[in-house]
Amino acid sequence: MEKHIISILLENEPGALSRVVGLFAQRGYNIETLTVAPTEDETLSRLTMTTTGDDRKIEQITKQLNKLIEVVKLVDLSEGEHIERELMLIKVKAVGAQRAEIKRTADIFRGQIVDVTASVYTIQLTGATDKLEAFIQAIGEGAVLETVRTGVSGIARGEKILSL
Amino acid sequence: MELLSGGEMLVRALHESGVEYIYGYPGGSLLHVYDAVYKQSAVKHVLVRHEQAAAHMADGYARATGKPGVVMVTSGPGATNTITGIATAFTDSIPMVVISGQVMSHLVGDDAFQETDMLGVSRPVVKHSFSVRDPRDIPELVAKAFYIASTGRPGPVVIDVPKDMTMPNERFEYVYPKKVKLRSYTPPQRGHAGQIKKAVDLLLNARKPVIYAGGGVIIDGSSDKLRALVDRLDFPCTNTLMGLGCYPATGDRFLGMLGMHGTYEANMAMHNADVVFAVGARFDDRVTNATSKFCPDAKIIHIDIDPSSISKTIQADVPIVGPVGSVLDEMMALLDEADSEPDSDAIASWWQQINEWRQRHAMRYEKNDSGLMKPQEVIEALWEATNGDAYVTSDVGQHQMFAAQYYKFDKPNRWINSGGLGTMGFGFPAAMGIKLNFPDHEVVCVTGEGSIQMNIQEMSTCLQYGIPVKILCLNNGSLGMVRQWQDMNYEGRHSHSYMESLPDFVKLAESYGHVGIQVKSRDELPQALDDAMNKYKNRLVFLDVAVDPEEHVYPMQVPTGSMRDMWLSKTERT
Repeated sequence: MEKHIISILLENEPGALSRVVGLFAQRGYNIETLTVAPTEDETLSRLTMTTTGDDRKIEQITKQLNKLIEVVKLVDLSEGEHIERELMLIKVKAVGAQRAEIKRTADIFRGQIVDVTASVYTIQLTGATDKLEAFIQAIGEGAVLETVRTGVSGIARGEKILSL
Repeated sequence: MELLSGGEMLVRALHESGVEYIYGYPGGSLLHVYDAVYKQSAVKHVLVRHEQAAAHMADGYARATGKPGVVMVTSGPGATNTITGIATAFTDSIPMVVISGQVMSHLVGDDAFQETDMLGVSRPVVKHSFSVRDPRDIPELVAKAFYIASTGRPGPVVIDVPKDMTMPNERFEYVYPKKVKLRSYTPPQRGHAGQIKKAVDLLLNARKPVIYAGGGVIIDGSSDKLRALVDRLDFPCTNTLMGLGCYPATGDRFLGMLGMHGTYEANMAMHNADVVFAVGARFDDRVTNATSKFCPDAKIIHIDIDPSSISKTIQADVPIVGPVGSVLDEMMALLDEADSEPDSDAIASWWQQINEWRQRHAMRYEKNDSGLMKPQEVIEALWEATNGDAYVTSDVGQHQMFAAQYYKFDKPNRWINSGGLGTMGFGFPAAMGIKLNFPDHEVVCVTGEGSIQMNIQEMSTCLQYGIPVKILCLNNGSLGMVRQWQDMNYEGRHSHSYMESLPDFVKLAESYGHVGIQVKSRDELPQALDDAMNKYKNRLVFLDVAVDPEEHVYPMQVPTGSMRDMWLSKTERT
């Protein structure tokens, strides 16, 4: 059960996203993360989703997605070298001696403290999913007040591009 | 330059897309469109009595002709009533275009009267759907809908039309597109040459081959090509429930239907095959039985136009994505060029084995000496009375399986049933859609007293439009297939599978202005069938035929078994 990052160029039309999401619900596929935003071509959206399954299931998922009329192009990024990033905003308790410790940990993970109160730091952190999870572990789950994550975005390494 | 309202554009665009009949039901949100329908005569409209029937009529038409059937319904309940019909077409890959009315654009989302999110409700059961956002787009959307519905793996397409898109006093230039192109939709035009070569090599080296052909052959209009290939190779051929007629049932190389209620020889041949060549079939669970035990020794060649059908349930050794006809053409050309032929000794001994299997069960059933007829003999009598050449529609249940097993279909597009979704209430309206378009052909709906009551109101539509279909109701007073399962798996506890308080179908037919004939015994059947086809040629005839409720459909595969694990009668198992 490997994690796959499926990247899709989707017609930027009302209802297109609901077809993608509906397909997953209807056929019992799992969506772990989902991000969607416009691209440089205003007629297209770029959608990245992470899902898990054996090869056969992933093959079905990509085939079923390709059948949707509004899916213009699709690639399973996990099949090749790729870069994946996720952005997390996290509020942590920061009082007393903890304040310095948290700042140091954030620095180690190349996070930035983007908002500060007397008792709370809000930290912005970017990286692959496992890095974000490692940071939460390092801080200690007890200190975490709130996390917001964007879900994975991905792009192939090198000269490979996903375009029309 | 011609200026038309949105409603007029819609009707004009349907006409230009080749539509002769619309099946539908008016309502508030579609009144402007219905006014446009009234003002022209090129496109005819059939007013049904329930919107589900409109969808099944369009579906029946599409299955018999290969062209998209067209449904037009109002918003809210009108639209939702078509869902079963749309799902039926979707599951069997039938082209259909559904025009649904919608409330005014500015009211959408406000829970307006008769508002429902038709695009949302229908999404899982359509190939695609559109909402009209500018009346000027209507001709293009209609052309796109027909293109998508009828190409690739066909399916239903919904166009949702808010009322304000059809205002009679807002007129625009009408332009019907000469060509439709969608950048994200390019159905395959031919199969991969290397894969086709591999498939031909595998077939040439097969010693125990079976050709397993399904509805995709019929949809692609490639039955002649399939027959030519089967006969050229002298290989045995079996058909799925959806594929019946794509190879002639009376042909020597035909093994009958396969699967849950397939013939002994078809299922045995599949199980023992070394090469299974699937043509336009999708390894449905009603065919394969337990997939882990499916055809243990076979290499699988699979042609399908839909890549997602390939290796979905059964892994294909040689997958070929493409239209059946074009792939078969290329295979024939390669066979003609090949310098070898299949091993004739091996094929001969395979045929010998198959002929032995053919003796074992041979679709035998025992007639009652007295009392009620068996349903099988009624179907056999129908086959004779119609010279095996009728369009036969069915509903769902035992009668459907008996019709599939005992009416020997020699032509494609003649057997019309809801194979994938299994929709009771399908058969009668489907028959109506066919009869309207083939008035000179005999069209018979084989049904049961359960199924027919799911759309029986359409007898009224038949009177209004003069649609003389024949209804052959195998009346056993119970939901036969449910009852059979209860007999076999629930120790005969017939939980809610009996029909009490049945109407008098003869009087019911008469009250709708038609002819009803009750048949209680074998002696009465030939005359009743003859009267239905000849004396009452131009009338709808409801034949209410009493049959034995104790009868089961056999063979029947044993659950979780392989294809060869079957009950052959109430007492005999393989």
